[in-house]
Amino acid sequence: MITEKTFRNDGYAKVTGRAAYADDISFAGTLHMVPVYSDLIAANNVVVDASEAMKVPGCIRVLTAKDVPGTTCFGQIEQDYPMLITDTIRSWGDVVALVIAETRTIALEASELVVVHGDPVKPVLTIEDALKPYARVVPSYGDSNIVVHHRMRHGDPEAMFDQCELIIEEDFETQIIEQGYMEPEAAICVPRHDGVIEIYGSMQHPFSTRRFTGALLGEPLSNIEVYTIAVGGGFGGKDDTAAIVCARAALGARLLSRPVKMTYSREWSMRESYKRHPYKLHYKVGVTSEGQILAVKTQMYADSGAYLSVTPWVTWRSTAQCFGPYSIEHVHADVYGVATNNVFTGAMRGFGSPQVNFATEQLIDMIAQRLNVHPLGIRRINMVKQGSSTVTGQVLDQHTVSMEEVMNSTVHEIGYRKKYDRCSHGVSETDELYGIGLSISYRGASLGAEGMDFCSAIINGQYDGSILLETGIHENGQGSESVMMIVLAEELGIQLKRIRYRRSSTSTIPDSGTTVATRGTIMGSSSVVIAAKNFKELLATHLAERLKCTPEEVTFHNDKIWGLTFAQSLTWEEAMKELFLQRVTPYAFGTFKAPDVSWDDTVGQGNAYFTYVYSCQAAEVSVNKKTGKIKLLNVVASHDIGKAINRAMVLGQIYGGVTQGIGMALSEEIKREDGKITTLNFDTYKIPRITDLPEMTGIIVENSDPQSLTGAKGIGEPALELIAPAIANAVYNATGIRCTSLPLSIDPQELK
Amino acid sequence: MSNIITVNNRPIQVSDEDKEMTLLHFLRERQFLHGVKNGCEKGVCGSCTVALDDKAVRSCKIKVEKAIGKQVITIEGMEYPNGKIHPLQQAFIDAGAVQCGFCTPGMIMSSYILLLHNSKPSREEIRKALRGNLCRCTGYQQIVDAVQLAATYIEEQGLSPKAGCLVSIKPKTPCSKVANIL
Repeated sequence: MITEKTFRNDGYAKVTGRAAYADDISFAGTLHMVPVYSDLIAANNVVVDASEAMKVPGCIRVLTAKDVPGTTCFGQIEQDYPMLITDTIRSWGDVVALVIAETRTIALEASELVVVHGDPVKPVLTIEDALKPYARVVPSYGDSNIVVHHRMRHGDPEAMFDQCELIIEEDFETQIIEQGYMEPEAAICVPRHDGVIEIYGSMQHPFSTRRFTGALLGEPLSNIEVYTIAVGGGFGGKDDTAAIVCARAALGARLLSRPVKMTYSREWSMRESYKRHPYKLHYKVGVTSEGQILAVKTQMYADSGAYLSVTPWVTWRSTAQCFGPYSIEHVHADVYGVATNNVFTGAMRGFGSPQVNFATEQLIDMIAQRLNVHPLGIRRINMVKQGSSTVTGQVLDQHTVSMEEVMNSTVHEIGYRKKYDRCSHGVSETDELYGIGLSISYRGASLGAEGMDFCSAIINGQYDGSILLETGIHENGQGSESVMMIVLAEELGIQLKRIRYRRSSTSTIPDSGTTVATRGTIMGSSSVVIAAKNFKELLATHLAERLKCTPEEVTFHNDKIWGLTFAQSLTWEEAMKELFLQRVTPYAFGTFKAPDVSWDDTVGQGNAYFTYVYSCQAAEVSVNKKTGKIKLLNVVASHDIGKAINRAMVLGQIYGGVTQGIGMALSEEIKREDGKITTLNFDTYKIPRITDLPEMTGIIVENSDPQSLTGAKGIGEPALELIAPAIANAVYNATGIRCTSLPLSIDPQELK
Repeated sequence: MSNIITVNNRPIQVSDEDKEMTLLHFLRERQFLHGVKNGCEKGVCGSCTVALDDKAVRSCKIKVEKAIGKQVITIEGMEYPNGKIHPLQQAFIDAGAVQCGFCTPGMIMSSYILLLHNSKPSREEIRKALRGNLCRCTGYQQIVDAVQLAATYIEEQGLSPKAGCLVSIKPKTPCSKVANIL
């Protein structure tokens, strides 16, 4: 809509090295905190002996759970995560003590001397073991390792399977993925003279951070002020885990009345932070001879690890979106979260849908192949259209259902039809086999029925015509502040340079929920629109007389405020001064409440999300016959995001999301041995490098969304959730081999 | 032998003790050059990349001792003395190559060395030169765009590719040839 040039309010700071991330910030007298782990995976009666560590000169204090004035265990849903171990170790990522010293070097040296004793118990390390009768119950709450079970009961698939021409049953498996933000977790906390603890942290949710810290300190939320600073990526991974790092540093700062910094090494970050849930999925799909999907039955199991975190919400999305963007009348789904003694799993960009799409978008191609129907045809017959009902019984009539338009856009751009006919299917005269594959998805934008969904914005006009803006959406690097500024500039008809995005603090802007779930743009920018409306009304009321018109006749454009004629106008400098002279504060507040959603958990039915983003991605690959190596040749990604506010940043989200999906497809995997993670840095945990990627094409489809006040939806997660099955389909079309587990790998022996 | 290293065109005396530090920690903790980022401390992510005598090096992998007698350029040295930014920095903004920004300094430093040696690199050559720099946000596409754009800025505006701290600009002379700050 608004700007063609790339705009980033933090661009200058970031290209000059001025942007200060948590570890770049220092205060006089800062102490350094490091975590202490134990090599135990699961143990009871844990005792920490820090006596030798305390003898190291410069070691100030070793904190254990006994030093916690508040609640040691906390969590977003279940309060089960021990910010410090009390007496039970449940995973290799558990922190048993915190060493505080004058320098980081001393803290590291002292931490080596902390001794941990405990009675080891046999860890439960697989979903299968966790589900065995009489398996040891891992969680501290409840009496089962099944920590959540979502059901969907839509129609009667069992009765329909008999009427199906084709039935396909298949198992799929996805791996554990690390978010892989480039900046490891870090926090610096400062005790202020008025009793407030200030937190500067590498976290993506200041309000979560405040809750975790409040719990650990046993203090009210108003005692804790969390500031927004530059964050080196999050991708879902800097919610609980990063909040906990901040809370621990805050504990040190509170107890010692000095600033405390805690900076994670990559190895600690990989060891302790939660990952993407690995899934095991079973599908049974029944199809008519024309290719219409009549019935689906699925069971999914997600490894939640030792703590719950947001497993119930991740698996809820897998339930609500359990079979792609298809309208199917008979669907039963059972989705389980299972506790084990593995390092826990939680939020990561995609949040329960990449795993499902990996299965379903391959199943669609499998159906096409078995029925000898074109894969595009199968998708077209079954996909949601305007007014269609989803598998949750939601009728899609409140926005433009553009699934077909989006698919056509990708198909056309990449030349899918012609290239599909050229696929090698395991036969080629050279060493390279060629294949193209495609996948489609829809994604419920924002939280949906997962939680309360609203966001606030504040506009604070200044005496000299400059304007401060803040919202409850957090800048994690995605460019949210720039989007909010662009929207405000458009609403007020002013130049961007008038606006400064105020560094938010939890003490100045109301809790507006987490910046997750592709909700930043849709929720944040809508709240800016409401605040801007209130702001303009206030200004019009008080400036109308001066502009010789009624308040309704006042307009805002061309960086001025206007009456009815060209002769009647005020610059913003004049207008703001006029308000000041009238003793009126040019200040406005706005809250956007997400449109209503509904959910019946007993049958998994309801209006799950108030709108959806439609996506189609395609990939071309070559597979080497001798080595089995899969090389990506081309990627095209189309997304209907409603409206692009900052076009280059939208494309950046698409390319970046696709690349994370490519990592999931081809190279990334957290490996474990006996519950210990062995891939602790980027030498063994392989995120895509620049040379692993082809040139990509991102296509922005814009059907303005009436549910969003700017027409914009979002793009963070849709970009990631569907490239893995597109690549898997391409690999199949190249080799004739169907890969049902991730990361994809082809054994060259099978190609001979 | 005198323990002098030159950082962003300024000579710095290094104590014997500090010679043993990694260049990364020396630059961050002793020189407060926080634009040099620590992403992995294992030489695999490239966030700590600096220019050492016109070569891109990972500052977490070398000791300060190795830099004695040499010129180190960090992201902070890319700006011109008059406060204008280097064409590469401007291009990273204009091309949308910045998201979280944590990899950006290292990316720019690796790109800088590339442009010093190759004023008109192909996309393939850019990818090869940035192979050692990881980015999790951008998918790299707009980073490749940015390096090409910077090469265009330098060529079209007749600029020196040299880091700003190495280029003298007369004070108070507005330099229209240097791309404007946003």
